[in-house]
Amino acid sequence: MSATKVKSTKKPLTGNEAIAEAMRQIKPDVVAAYPITPQSPIVHTFAKFVADGVVDTVMVTPESEHSAISVVTGAEASGARAMSATASQGLALMVEVLPATSGLRLPVVMAIANRALSAPINIHCDHSDSMAVRDLGWIQIYSENAQEAYENMFLAVRLAEHPDVLLPAMIMLDGFIISHGVEVVEVYEDEVMHKFVGERKPKFSLLNYKEPWTMGPLELTDYYFETKRQEQEAMKKAKKLYIEIGKELSEITGKEYGYFEKYRLDDAEVGIVVLSSAAGTAKDAVDELRKEGKKVGLLKPKLFRPFPYEEIRDALKHLKIIGVLDRSYSFGAYAPLYAEIRNALYDLDKRIPVQSYVYGLGGRDIFKQEIKEVFNELLEGKVSSEEKCIGLRE
Amino acid sequence: MSEKVKWSEPKGWKEIPIGGNLPAKTSLEYKTGSWRTFRPDFDPDLCTHCMICVHYCPDSAIPVVISEEGVKGFRDRIYKGPVRLETDFEYCKGCGICAEECPTDAIKMVRETWED
Amino acid sequence: MKEVFEVRIHGRAGQGAKSGGQILALAAFKEGKTIQAFPEYGSERRGAPTVAYTRISEKEIRSHEPIVNPDVVIVLDDTFLYTIPVTKGLSDEGVLIVNTVKSPEEVRRITKFKGKIFTVDASGISINNVGRDAPNVPSLGVLVKAYPFVKLESIELAIKEIFEKKLSKEKTEANIKALREAYKEARS
Repeated sequence: MSATKVKSTKKPLTGNEAIAEAMRQIKPDVVAAYPITPQSPIVHTFAKFVADGVVDTVMVTPESEHSAISVVTGAEASGARAMSATASQGLALMVEVLPATSGLRLPVVMAIANRALSAPINIHCDHSDSMAVRDLGWIQIYSENAQEAYENMFLAVRLAEHPDVLLPAMIMLDGFIISHGVEVVEVYEDEVMHKFVGERKPKFSLLNYKEPWTMGPLELTDYYFETKRQEQEAMKKAKKLYIEIGKELSEITGKEYGYFEKYRLDDAEVGIVVLSSAAGTAKDAVDELRKEGKKVGLLKPKLFRPFPYEEIRDALKHLKIIGVLDRSYSFGAYAPLYAEIRNALYDLDKRIPVQSYVYGLGGRDIFKQEIKEVFNELLEGKVSSEEKCIGLRE
Repeated sequence: MSEKVKWSEPKGWKEIPIGGNLPAKTSLEYKTGSWRTFRPDFDPDLCTHCMICVHYCPDSAIPVVISEEGVKGFRDRIYKGPVRLETDFEYCKGCGICAEECPTDAIKMVRETWED
Repeated sequence: MKEVFEVRIHGRAGQGAKSGGQILALAAFKEGKTIQAFPEYGSERRGAPTVAYTRISEKEIRSHEPIVNPDVVIVLDDTFLYTIPVTKGLSDEGVLIVNTVKSPEEVRRITKFKGKIFTVDASGISINNVGRDAPNVPSLGVLVKAYPFVKLESIELAIKEIFEKKLSKEKTEANIKALREAYKEARS
């Protein structure tokens, strides 16, 4: 990994502050958000930047998340770059508008501080909120830590606003664990980062009266399907462009932006697939088991929508056994990440046994020791079609 | 734009603009005049050019022009400035709202007779 | 020197466990170390028991698990000694720091902890200097005395940076006085 190519400053920031820093450098025209734990500090911090005149953004304080997403969708329709942030029930309240934003092909970028869905009420981290909206046409990128969350924001803005994509994007970071945890974040130069995202150049804008366009018409049975097919095509293009734009970002930061991160996976016999902060803990577990001579590794997906099935299949196909750790249930079905991994592996000639694990719901801690136990189980060949739970009191 | 592209003809997913977006004035291709059962019979001698029928028409089928010389209207007065013309029968659906709203009964709905 | 240093701070919401963890992290950051500081959030109200964690390392910190084997445990409310297993995971080579008027021997008797114990009346020092019961800052003074992996000057710089935004210069100075007083007064 090469060193940073541009000037940077290391700052101790929480994940939320890192997102706000990214937003400050992106310079959105409009931000509308409604507070919800654990996302509120993103908007608090950003609002301070606006109040101090550090960034010239119109801050709208709407009465609910439903209004917040409506405001940013409308702002994008008028040609502005608009951003928001939410979590859990807030995201759930936005659901009515989310497919409209993607259906209208408006590149809103939103940070999601992953928090469990009620009921029961729980303010802590799990992925049930972002997983619940995975089919609505939003690009989804997961972040392991504050640094990734910061960098993913820039990647997302470029990807979402690309004329061949024009889909909204959500960037996930684990609630409390990352959102409220102070870590050292390398913040790159303001000019460079703003230049990377550039200014939004919308093709369609409701404020462009010289070239008037109607947005959001009724489409009956004879056209809806075609418009939706376009959306699916945009997701296909997004998959390719994610890598291209990532390479451009690499020129600045010196880091890699692949569909996923592989950690000691290439020569492993047993691997686990895990998203977000637990992957960091899992890397320590991998190192400790490797010292004992066990050939283990992990795969941490970053781009979840569009899902890179072929590339993940290629990365996992040499493994003897795979464990997938999900931080959410899909009630009555395979857990979301597990289901995607199974799908990815379907085309292989030789079937690889994959074990589904659910962990960390409602912020239940996941320990390095527990992950080591998972690896040891998998090394012993203990794989079944039954979903297992980690850290659950039976 | 509407001259080159016929928006009323079915198109594939690659040809239509994204997101259901439509350029302006596509409704001009859709000639709703063929829906008529009744047509508005306009008597200019009773018209005060108050524009009520123009605003109420759901299809914007009553054209308005600015007349400098003026036109003869209600009680033989000369009306200058914005005046209404004969209804555009390519778009008039015959809903009768103009006749209903006209304050001087200058418009009467009569049965449409379609000529071959 | 150890590669990764882990501190766990137990306090009641309002006593500054979270800020204490963050001041410590910022101090270590100023010395060029890699840091991670995060609290455990329970019921968000004053008086509820909270825990704050700080990890300090010479190299990259990847793990996000709660601190299981701390090197130092700081207890800001001595009633916890009876109700919460504050020494869980703390090895006998570790250090226990308690804000209390009790003596270290008494604390040892209650907790049965075999490692080093430091006590200081952090609440008293805080009230005398700052005018309110904020035992987090004086406790950090004891930490430096008990396990000097971060310099006292770094903590003072961190306090200046964090507090000068929120409090007056006098209050910030008062906090630094409290820090130094606790550093002197701590007994083991």
